[in-house]
Amino acid sequence: MTLLFQLLLNGLIVGALYGVVAMSFVLIYKASRIVNFAQGEFLLIGAWTCWWLLTSWQLPFWIGFPITLAFMLVFGIVLQVVVLRPMIGEPIISVIMVTIGLSIFFQAMMKWMFGVFAKPFPPIFASPTTNILGLDVQTVYVASLVISILIMAGFGWFFKYSKLGLAMRATAFDQQVAQSLGISVRHMFAMSWAISAMVSAVAGVTVGVVNGVSSALSFFGIKVFPAVILGGLDSVLGAVIGGLIVGVLENFAHYVDSQWLNWGNMYEIAPFYVLIIILMIKPYGLFGTKDIERV
Amino acid sequence: MANISLIPCGDFKTSYGSDTTIFPTVTSRNFAILGVLLLLACPFFMDRYWLNLCIQIGYLGIAALGLNILVGFTGQISIGHAAFFGFGAFASAWLSNSYGVPVALAIPLAGVMTTAVGMVFGLPAARLKGLYLAIATLAAQYILQDFFARAGWFTGGVAGTIAEPFTLFGFAFDTDESYFYVVLVYVVVMYVLATNLMRSRDGRALVAVRDHYLSAEIMGINLTKYRTMSFGISSFYAGIGGALYAHYLQFVSVEGFTILFSIQFLGMIIIGGLGSIMGSLMGTAFMVLLPEVMQAVTSALQGTAIDTALNLKEAIAFLREMAIGVAIILFLVFEPDGLAHRWKQIKAYWKLYPFSH
Repeated sequence: MTLLFQLLLNGLIVGALYGVVAMSFVLIYKASRIVNFAQGEFLLIGAWTCWWLLTSWQLPFWIGFPITLAFMLVFGIVLQVVVLRPMIGEPIISVIMVTIGLSIFFQAMMKWMFGVFAKPFPPIFASPTTNILGLDVQTVYVASLVISILIMAGFGWFFKYSKLGLAMRATAFDQQVAQSLGISVRHMFAMSWAISAMVSAVAGVTVGVVNGVSSALSFFGIKVFPAVILGGLDSVLGAVIGGLIVGVLENFAHYVDSQWLNWGNMYEIAPFYVLIIILMIKPYGLFGTKDIERV
Repeated sequence: MANISLIPCGDFKTSYGSDTTIFPTVTSRNFAILGVLLLLACPFFMDRYWLNLCIQIGYLGIAALGLNILVGFTGQISIGHAAFFGFGAFASAWLSNSYGVPVALAIPLAGVMTTAVGMVFGLPAARLKGLYLAIATLAAQYILQDFFARAGWFTGGVAGTIAEPFTLFGFAFDTDESYFYVVLVYVVVMYVLATNLMRSRDGRALVAVRDHYLSAEIMGINLTKYRTMSFGISSFYAGIGGALYAHYLQFVSVEGFTILFSIQFLGMIIIGGLGSIMGSLMGTAFMVLLPEVMQAVTSALQGTAIDTALNLKEAIAFLREMAIGVAIILFLVFEPDGLAHRWKQIKAYWKLYPFSH
């Protein structure tokens, strides 16, 4: 029973992070219909930047972290303006292949700059473990769960009440109508990339603190796909729930595998089987809007 | 209509047949034949190093052409092409090792098997509008990679498997010089097949699906059928390419068919030209020669300030990956039609040579 609870908790913690990354993925998809294959690299860049600030410059975490976020904000805007803005008007498939190119470019660049081996973050919390309901949980995990929930709540508030968020939703709904209401679609695109990069960086730093920073972080960007397909490609709520389900599922798959099946590697592969099955039975996910067209 | 030697200044075609011929003039056909003849003579004057590169361009070019039919002509993305390429390699080796199927027969059979596997992943995704196929093939990439490492009966597990050399009528094509001809025959056949496909109703249907799926559907084109068909063809080509690779190296290792390799395939067709048959081959040549050129540049720079500053020798692998990424981005932004378009421009320039504008 304790084991079951432990698995569930681990799954929820990882799943919440998937949810956060999936949310920032959906943000870009909703705003500009771009399937962003470079989402994992945002985590990677954010985590390495923070790690570099903390180790090379010896900054305390509470200074280094905001600087990382500011950097990612600028990075997202620059990326959109320099690389993706010239692609407006090109077929969407070309834009997606540009993100694939970006992904491989940044991944190689990070490996080149920081090496291929995982590097640990300097310790951030005074006590490494906390006791929750009789279970020893690492403090970073608790912090990561709290951060994830905060981000999700922030997203909820942002899209429901802030003017920028409403403008973004309008852009996602219909670009031409939004333009006619005086919303700058170009700004909205840039903002969606900036926010997405920033939020992903938070997830990246969190995972980096837990597992150490390495190029494996960019795999988070791949794991996002099962989550968003499960939740529906264009649903923010679906992304969160899909992320949680994928997180729990891979932990259970890992357990089942290590106990009975002994196939190995289930932790990484199980979500992809789920992805294929979802595509077979419910292709638009749990909360996605189904496109209906009559010819 | 293949009886004129120069392209007339105007459109004087009177039938659809003459509009879709492969070679518009006698001269272009003769040049193509001359090109093949020149290639036939290659093993006599090329050394092993260049032959190896040519063979690589050959089998990768076949797989890249398959991807181009899917991406360039049908407008769907596949990010698992390397996994299918790998599956073709293992399938062919497995057929000839376990069942004694002659290699000459195992290669096309491997293509068929790869198509079947592709369908498992493609069928759920290809029926959907939008880019679900990209995501499904991403899953296929990881699932197949995992399968390669686990299915010892099929792939030999982590140890890899040996593949028998290509033999025909008792003659073994086990040297670079002889295998070059095997690859050349396959390249010519597969490229002619693809060219003819694009001249047929089915090929035009694929292009219609890419350009405007709604209009295509209104014109009576079954979207699901053509998306699935295109993915099947692309898997078939990947399987053939992979099988040729297996019997060239005569050993297949489970590593190497990674997502990076898949992206490299995408890079080949983007650089060569999306929706261009010969472009696939040009892009493959570019991608195969890129590391060689980088290697040459690195050794030329050895000992200079740039070398010490960047530590080139260790960074070369990363620089190569970065170069692939940059090439993909730059081509998509500045030359979306790829090298094939450049080649056309060069031809157009020389056609009107002294009076070109």
